[in-house]
Amino acid sequence: MCKFAFLKEIVNLKHNTMTIRQLSVFLENKTGHLNQILSVLAKNNINIIALTVADSSDYGILRAIVSDPEKALQVLRTEQFTVRVHDIFSLEMDAALGSMSKILDLFTAADICIEYVYAFSFGSKSILMIRTDKCDEAVNVIEQNKLKSISEADLK
Amino acid sequence: MIWNKEIECMGRQEMRALQSERLIKLVNHVYNNVAFYRKRMDETGVKPSDIQSIDDIVKLPFTYKTDLRDNYPFGLFAVPMKDIVRVHASSGTTGKPTTVGYTKNDIENWREVVARCLTMAGIGADDIMQISYGYGLFTGGLGVHYGAETTGCSVVPISGGNTRRQLQLMSDFGSTVLACTPSYALHLADALAENGYSLADMKLKVGVFGAEPWTENMRLELEKKWGIHAHDIYGLSEVMGPGVANDCTFHTGLHIHEDHFYPEIVHPDTKEPLADGEEGELVFTTLTKEGIPLLRYNTRDLSTLSRETCECGRTSVRMKKITGRSDDMLIIRGVNLFPSQIEHVLLELGETSAHYLLYVDRENNLDTLELKVELDETKLTDTIRDLQNLSRKISHALNSAIGLSVKVTLVEPRTITRSEGKAVRVVDNRKK
Repeated sequence: MCKFAFLKEIVNLKHNTMTIRQLSVFLENKTGHLNQILSVLAKNNINIIALTVADSSDYGILRAIVSDPEKALQVLRTEQFTVRVHDIFSLEMDAALGSMSKILDLFTAADICIEYVYAFSFGSKSILMIRTDKCDEAVNVIEQNKLKSISEADLK
Repeated sequence: MIWNKEIECMGRQEMRALQSERLIKLVNHVYNNVAFYRKRMDETGVKPSDIQSIDDIVKLPFTYKTDLRDNYPFGLFAVPMKDIVRVHASSGTTGKPTTVGYTKNDIENWREVVARCLTMAGIGADDIMQISYGYGLFTGGLGVHYGAETTGCSVVPISGGNTRRQLQLMSDFGSTVLACTPSYALHLADALAENGYSLADMKLKVGVFGAEPWTENMRLELEKKWGIHAHDIYGLSEVMGPGVANDCTFHTGLHIHEDHFYPEIVHPDTKEPLADGEEGELVFTTLTKEGIPLLRYNTRDLSTLSRETCECGRTSVRMKKITGRSDDMLIIRGVNLFPSQIEHVLLELGETSAHYLLYVDRENNLDTLELKVELDETKLTDTIRDLQNLSRKISHALNSAIGLSVKVTLVEPRTITRSEGKAVRVVDNRKK
């Protein structure tokens, strides 16, 4: 396989103004394993902007938004980690009570099932990450309701 | 009690004459009716006329499990299908199963040898026998069943599984004999208390256990746990099924019904015949079988032979209890499993790499299988659900291929140790 096969994944962005690239790393349930990933990123001056772990009894998936996803993908693969990049919808939330609930209501009204969400702050911004299989419908919800998307440029 | 004194206590010379007569007939039969044997004998340069006595058996070619697979399903049958009255098959609905066929006479002979085995274990018309071997394509259930009916005992054909019901019927019916795999017998014993039973509720006297290798220590433990006499019934579907050999009350090896199944021990590497007392691969020639007669079938089971007269009075040759094998075949809850079958399923699915490690363990006396297989990076998504679906898919495919439930655990690529020589595919923790 081509050494730079990962580049194909990187350029294949569908909605790059509405999404942020997320690293998904397969993690076996072993002591110290998570930290191995973090130290690889630190050594390469890659900043972690957001991080969450989905876990089952035997393994988990680390989901991370980092300052340089292309470089992160490359260095993690070099270190033999199992990693892929996915585009995840990213929306800015108002710093107001119930703003996340309002956004999710819109998705529910459009009958869009949400696989997972997580939220984080960047500077003064509150950001909601939404993963769904119904991408086209999600784009419609975002456009019709004029929700404010966050792009990677906003995280620089 | 001896079921067939004439045969089981026959003088050695007389037995050899009977075996010689039957071997000559057998060799002519397979040479004329099985293309595979005609070809193999021609290649080996041996003619039916070269076989004049049982001593000439060493001139004949061996038969291996792969020969049965290569001739799947009925290629080795020596009679037309109209004469076959029953078919059994080994595990494996995909991949490479092995099929065996029985004529009416084969079924009668099978009854006879099982009846001899059960009589050897002290079982008779007064007994109530609970047969907890699986019924169906597996030879265990039906094989023991026919022989048990022949001895006149009352058969409870409960088949395998459903522990609570096993114990309930054992108590309600007053079963005096239990026939199943040794590991299931141990599991049942341990399940007594939690199901509200004690030994006082049971009338069990004898256990006839087999279909997997087990040690003398295990036999003694089963005797203690159940307060019974435990006997080892040996057999394999290729040769007949259960009933090829059985140990008598003296437990000094298993008496082989050598008028039907002629045993030899050969060196695992050179395949040269070994003397009595020397350990090697156990080989059987089915002297009387009509449906699928086999010449020098190499079981790959390791054993030794002894031809001394037993204290019980039987003169038949005895084989040492099987403790191991010369190949990588595993016996899981009585089901034969080659690691290559796992590989076959993984490669066919193509969802993971073919790097795997199979862990065999024993929990509550039942064999368990866990497969660790390396995840293919292209199959990684960002959700756990997709990975769990992948595990389930592999597990289902394995279950339908090998008939055993397997816990599938995905591991990171390149984490299963690569071997320089022969790959280590199995970690069997049962032996420890």
